[in-house]
Amino acid sequence: MAGLHKSEFKNPVIRWVDTRLPLFTMMNKEYAVFPTPKNFNYFWNFGALASVQLIVMIATGVLLAMHYVPNAHMAYGSVQSIMRDVNYGWLLRYIHANGATMFFIVVYVHIFRGIYYGSYKNPRELLWMLGVVILLLMMATAFMGYVLPWGQMSFWGATVITNLFSAIPVVGNHITTWLWGGFAVGNPTLNRFFALHYLLPFVLLAVIGLHVAALHVTGSNNPLGIEVKGPQDTVPFHPYYTVKDSVGLCVFFLIYAAVVFFAPRFFMAPDNFIPANPLQTPPEIVPEWYFLPFYAILRSVPNKLGGVVLMFSSILVLFILPWLDTSKVRSARFRPMYRPFIFLLVIALVVLGEVGAHKPEGNWVLIGRLATTYYFLHFLVILPILGKIEKPLPLPESIGKPVLGGGPVPGGAAAKPMEHA
Amino acid sequence: MRPFILASLLAGGLVASAVVLPRSAQAQETALPHVNWSFEGPFGTYDRAAAQRGYQVYKEVCSACHSMQYVHFRDLAGIGLSPAQIKALAASVDVPTIKADGSAGTRPGLPSDAFPSPFPNPEAAAAANNGAIPPDQSQLLDARAGGADYIYAILTGYVKPPVGMHIAPGLYYNKYFPGHLIHMPQPLQADQVTYADGTKATIDQEAKDVTTFLAFVSNPEMEARKRMGVHIVLFLALLVGVTYAAKRKVWADVEH
Ligand code: HEC
Ligand code: HEM
Repeated sequence: MAGLHKSEFKNPVIRWVDTRLPLFTMMNKEYAVFPTPKNFNYFWNFGALASVQLIVMIATGVLLAMHYVPNAHMAYGSVQSIMRDVNYGWLLRYIHANGATMFFIVVYVHIFRGIYYGSYKNPRELLWMLGVVILLLMMATAFMGYVLPWGQMSFWGATVITNLFSAIPVVGNHITTWLWGGFAVGNPTLNRFFALHYLLPFVLLAVIGLHVAALHVTGSNNPLGIEVKGPQDTVPFHPYYTVKDSVGLCVFFLIYAAVVFFAPRFFMAPDNFIPANPLQTPPEIVPEWYFLPFYAILRSVPNKLGGVVLMFSSILVLFILPWLDTSKVRSARFRPMYRPFIFLLVIALVVLGEVGAHKPEGNWVLIGRLATTYYFLHFLVILPILGKIEKPLPLPESIGKPVLGGGPVPGGAAAKPMEHA
Repeated sequence: MRPFILASLLAGGLVASAVVLPRSAQAQETALPHVNWSFEGPFGTYDRAAAQRGYQVYKEVCSACHSMQYVHFRDLAGIGLSPAQIKALAASVDVPTIKADGSAGTRPGLPSDAFPSPFPNPEAAAAANNGAIPPDQSQLLDARAGGADYIYAILTGYVKPPVGMHIAPGLYYNKYFPGHLIHMPQPLQADQVTYADGTKATIDQEAKDVTTFLAFVSNPEMEARKRMGVHIVLFLALLVGVTYAAKRKVWADVEH
């Protein structure tokens, strides 16, 4: 029904806008008074951190793009000039390049949080799946960004990864030619990667918008994994979580600044300070650390197509995680059998990361295969079975009256799945 | 607090593995000697005298083969040269130009000019060096695992080859070069340069000086960066304290 919005704001200017476009009412509803479970721990900071980090990446990226030249003959030199001649260009580049690393650390912790506290379960499946889309978009963005400085690792990383598509039967070679815009990685490739690297973060922004919109429909999960029962379980987002997120944000920026100012090239491969040379393959082509586990999965299969399929599956499996996990209980706190398995999963991923950094020779091959097997076993076999055989600990009655697992159980709080589960 | 510790442990673990993983992939062939560089650590700066001597070594020795195309004469202000000195140094080189009548010629260099390259193109560089192109030295320090220690090691690593080892003409034995056979003849000899400040020009001294200069050109922003970093890190540390206090205050009335 058409009609002006009834604004509750007193300030005449705000009121004038708000009656015509109720942005202020929306922000107030979604961020200020939004009822939020009062028992969040600091793991719940990481979503806010990731959002802020995306803004940092876009801000520094747009400024870098004003000086960067997407041309195979000039890209390397333009980055040198950003570092040497542009006022505070070095700062922009170090914030952006290390920002990718910080972004992935934050998002990986954020995902771990979701897995540990079962945030992907009914009714938050779509919210979780949007998160997996965000992860994929981030990976594509970071991969293409890494190509832009046009160093040796940029060039050869791009060559290795785009070549993966040639494993697709029949059309594979056509696809790689189409991706490259030629018969090898070259100037057309760099141009389109720059265009996409500029575009995708804004697509990310939109998907994050949907992710947050979905969150505000279902409400947040919490460390107990039980639903909010009433106002006694929640606090308004502001000031309680604005201030708590601020603490996390300051700690995050402190660590980030320490890297940018005192060890800015720590995560940068020395080979990427050598200009791209199509005639000279570097002794080892190693992707950025955040891709290493997936790179290890790729190389754990002797067959190229098999490796590619397995690598993509390792992320796609996350899409169906809400249905693979058959347990009705969300939080790992009340799942004595699930808990050790998550830590095994984390260990498997760290091992895979280590394997990805080594040439696939000797024991690394075997270790990589074992860890890959465990990774898939966890999702495809262990999770479906666990939900059936595990006996969860008694769940607390409500967030307001938390009874931690194992403690004395007051009447009525027996181990029964919560209503949504 | 426990989940907070868990969160930081996890984040820390991620950082640690991020740190360890890429490094472990690049194990060095021969352990590098470690030199105590003036520019190390969170407060390190470039030793001006060493960097200036290093510039002399670069100019008189290395620049015969190696380009440094992203560095400009004006950048030498960063190692303490005065504007007049920079102007004079720049003017001492001839820079190709197109004259008013359209013919090719040269003009004296300006502080805004880049350092001249010894060879007109990579082919000429390779032809003059038995097929190997001397790498550009603008950011050579960052382009090698091991950084300053590695450069110093290469410059001082020309030792007698193992007996019976065949070394083809145009190749030289170097203890620290991967594979040991390098196309660069030993670039430094004792007293190859004469230092104006009277420092004795041993191979070791020359190597340390030129490495300091190469460190400077690789990261000319380093001193400004660290200075800014100290302020920002202190400010953020304070901010962590303030926001944490504010958080305690806001949450004081909530039972959780
Ligand atoms: C006679 C020409 C010549 C001179 C003079 C010269 N170099 Fe080189 N340099 C080369 C060549 C050629 C290579 C490539 C070696 C190879 O790849 O085998 C090289 C390579 C290097 C490398 C890289 C080694 C690696 O890991 O790839 C460093 C470091 C280096 N030079 C430093 C210096 C320094 C410092 C000076 C001045 C003190 C200097 N060079 C003087 C010809 C020269
Ligand atoms: C999701 C957000 C983003 C991520 C994860 C990301 C990641 C990266 C990475 C890993 C690099 C290579 C850094 C290096 O090693 O030098 C890079 C470079 C670059 N990015 Fe981004 N980026 C993001 C957003 C953006 C945006 C929005 C823009 C422009 C509007 C942008 C512009 C650039 C430019 C110009 C470079 C080349 C300069 C350089 O290499 O430092 N980026 N990006």
